[in-house]
Amino acid sequence: MSEPSLLALTLAEARDGLARKSFSARELTSAYNDAVSEIELLNAYITPTPERALAMGEDADQRLARGEARPLDGIPIAVKDLYCTKGVLTTAASHILDGFHPHYESTVTDKLWQSGAVLLGKTNLDEFAMGSSNTTSYYGPVENPWRRPGDNRPIVPGGSSGGSAAAVAARAALAATGTDTGGSIRQPASFCGIVGLKPTYGRCSRWGVVAYASSLDHPGPMTRTVRDAAIMLRAIAGHDPRDSTSAPVPVPDFEAALTGDIRGLRIGIPREYRVDGMPREIEALWEHGVEWLRAAGAEPVDISLPMTKYALPTYYIIAPAEASSNLARYDGVRFGLRVEGESLDEMYELTRAAGFGAEVRRRVLIGTYVLSAGYYDAYYLKAQRVRTLITRDFVTAFEQVDCMLTPTAPSAAFAIGERSDDPIAMYLNDVFTVPANLAGLPAISVPAGLSRDGLPLGLQITGRAFDEETVLRVAEVLETAAQFRHLPGFVAGGAA
Amino acid sequence: MIEGRTGPWEIVIGLEVHAQVVSKAKLFSGAATAFGAEPNTQVSPVDAAFPGMLPVINRSCVEQAVKTGLGLDAEIRLESVFDRKNYFYPDLPPGYQISQYQQPVVGRGKVALDMLDGTTREIGITRLHLEQDAGKSLHDQHPTLTYVDLNRAGVALMEIVSEPDLRSAEEAGIYLRKLRSILRYLGTCDGNMEEGSLRCDCNVSVRRPGEPYGTRCEIKNLNSVRYVMQAIEYEARRQVETLEEGGTIAQQTRLFDSGPGATRPMRSKEEAHDYRYFPDPDLLPLVLDREWVERLRTELPELPDAKKARFVSEYGLSPDDAGVLVSEKETALFFEQVAIGRDPKAAANWVMGDLFGALNRLGVGVEQSPISAKQLGSLIDLIADGTVSGRLAKDVFAEMVSSGSDPGAIVEAKGLRQVTDSSAIEAAIDSVLAAQADKVAEYRAGRDKLYGFFVGQIMRATQGKANPALANEILRKKLSG
Repeated sequence: MSEPSLLALTLAEARDGLARKSFSARELTSAYNDAVSEIELLNAYITPTPERALAMGEDADQRLARGEARPLDGIPIAVKDLYCTKGVLTTAASHILDGFHPHYESTVTDKLWQSGAVLLGKTNLDEFAMGSSNTTSYYGPVENPWRRPGDNRPIVPGGSSGGSAAAVAARAALAATGTDTGGSIRQPASFCGIVGLKPTYGRCSRWGVVAYASSLDHPGPMTRTVRDAAIMLRAIAGHDPRDSTSAPVPVPDFEAALTGDIRGLRIGIPREYRVDGMPREIEALWEHGVEWLRAAGAEPVDISLPMTKYALPTYYIIAPAEASSNLARYDGVRFGLRVEGESLDEMYELTRAAGFGAEVRRRVLIGTYVLSAGYYDAYYLKAQRVRTLITRDFVTAFEQVDCMLTPTAPSAAFAIGERSDDPIAMYLNDVFTVPANLAGLPAISVPAGLSRDGLPLGLQITGRAFDEETVLRVAEVLETAAQFRHLPGFVAGGAA
Repeated sequence: MIEGRTGPWEIVIGLEVHAQVVSKAKLFSGAATAFGAEPNTQVSPVDAAFPGMLPVINRSCVEQAVKTGLGLDAEIRLESVFDRKNYFYPDLPPGYQISQYQQPVVGRGKVALDMLDGTTREIGITRLHLEQDAGKSLHDQHPTLTYVDLNRAGVALMEIVSEPDLRSAEEAGIYLRKLRSILRYLGTCDGNMEEGSLRCDCNVSVRRPGEPYGTRCEIKNLNSVRYVMQAIEYEARRQVETLEEGGTIAQQTRLFDSGPGATRPMRSKEEAHDYRYFPDPDLLPLVLDREWVERLRTELPELPDAKKARFVSEYGLSPDDAGVLVSEKETALFFEQVAIGRDPKAAANWVMGDLFGALNRLGVGVEQSPISAKQLGSLIDLIADGTVSGRLAKDVFAEMVSSGSDPGAIVEAKGLRQVTDSSAIEAAIDSVLAAQADKVAEYRAGRDKLYGFFVGQIMRATQGKANPALANEILRKKLSG
């Protein structure tokens, strides 16, 4: 098999090919190592790990030869550089973690290696996962492999898991891990034309993942197909006693839930998601989605989530509040960057001023402010109450419907620098994704069409807590109906 | 009360006690907690706040807090919440301490104090919550650098807050000793103030009797009962003097300097930290099972107040003696081992008299007593059955302290067995009276005082072993005969 055709396989196809011994894990890994080098100009990876990948691939080959194959044996995977990986530089795309090599492995990545997966490298992201365009990384912006036809300006991949999304879309990883705090898996998946799944809060352990906002951070998979997402989720999910917020619930065989049969399912269409200024093409795509699901035998139901308009401001209080505390540990004392000063306070100030970029500083300041004496009740406490109401909206809605269909983002990807002058406009990217984080619900973005200027657009399915099976089943039907076969202008190995 | 120049002032005191929980592992990590280990050898990545590390509550620490709450007759709150208290310091690696702010695990309770005048005073407990200790900054290891030891970082503390019910330094001392005693009975804190297992912050204010509370100052981090009492005395006098000179008390945090025995300002209210408390999103609310709490309640050991009451009713001790014996769990246990099956008052006298005296001279506690309860019991038995006289028993006791031998062996080896053979005693008396015929005549002529002289001579002749009652009886008969 030639190299481009190896890169064109889905995870499920590669798994089956390895099992049939059509190619070896070493061959597959090698092809992907080359792909990682080939897409270097996208800046999707901060730290490629080709030698480690080959060694892991060879181990997988030995197990495959012995007939002891594990679920992901030999599958080359990219890891967002927010996951701590033992002995491998872990940066959170921040200057402040300079030289940090963890002596431990995050639960999610450990599960991947236990399943036989191969680490291709650590992918770029917005600094500490704070951003929606992957332009806040200390290691520079990531470029989307997609371009607007006839326009060579680089496009953002979305964020914060922009490196993972770009790598998967450009065929420089079979799958990737992302994290989603306000849309950081789903929005870049939508912008890059891939599948991104944010599982239920507590489904995947946060242990060993650099924290942004603990009550909103969700590890999850980014893949080329819904089936691949199901396979990845099964590998990384499960109760972890080291994470107190991890849920002690069984892990189903998510792939088995992909029956293609959604007859009789009730699909909620929340009217509050028709926001002002949303491009007509996104509304049209949403209407297509409704028709596709109806055609497959599901029943669309108009529903109301009245608290939706408060989700974004609520998010931008709670997330920075938690971040301001979570990021206090980056103080120059024990690891990472230290800038010496005349006094302890000066060392703190110089280290954190030099170590954190503008967006991180902005959110730490917002978070410190909303938790301050005299402001706590008006901001943080109020936001927590609204969060409860938002969750209640979903609980009420899920009495009528089995899942919901909405757009993933209010726009297609934009050019690098196009919106960087206005943080509020940037925050609006998350308007459709943030509610599921506040409520902790599973949600997936599936590529469903192209914008007028030729960039991918995603549709989002949101489900009940711990009902990823329904979410995945509906998503796969959507994927089949949408027939999204487009490729970005730039893929490793060229289009097969 | 303090008598000022302008009249009397009442002192109002509330204490915040930080008690280190007896536990093998820290509050939110599996690292060990033993005292005195090499610096930074008992530190997990959670304690050092490495990226991505998460806290997991240690169930046994929660159990200890609940037991303590039950021992303080307090409300156990079945749902409580851990909060983050945010501030920067190198011995606090995450930049926040996990504590309980608005929803502590234990609510209102009380402690009964035995006052010196024999009355009992009840002191309210406001709350008890669990929190993490910080590490230790070592400023004396290097001329220009500060070293940090994280062994203590993350160790579980119980903060026990009293109501402002205490009215003198002495009461504060009694409260602290009583609280320490209860914790030690429960086995939830070893109460070792020298090792820092029990530390105290004092809130002190003064007011005219009957008036509202005055402005308080908080004296931080006192590590002995004596310092607590000295600090309160000093601080109350300082406040009275300030007020009597027409000044006002500024709300302050102060430090106690044991050298001059004075307090000095640490930071004012304006300089106080804004800790930005908020619920720790890495931890779910702590939910306790009611049945579990009730089981712990039934498993509680007998506590000092109950034990004291029982010592009074069961052993007929005076409340004062019972109070002394129960103040330390080990003493009470020792006493009961001695007292069971014997005269309890004799047991109490020996324990509180000779034994305490010996322990004091040796500078050890009852746990390291050179005499076991069994040995002391045997000595009391030897007195009761007449083997040894009460007077010689004191010598036997001294020998037991120095040699550690059993009293029976000492009596035999030294020939201290009491002579109860009346013919032997009579023979000794006869020879004494024969040798002192002139004194006998004087006595019979009316010099009654000579009686004691004869007793002394008889005891000398028998090396003190003559049974005193028998000797007296025979002597009186002979002298009157």
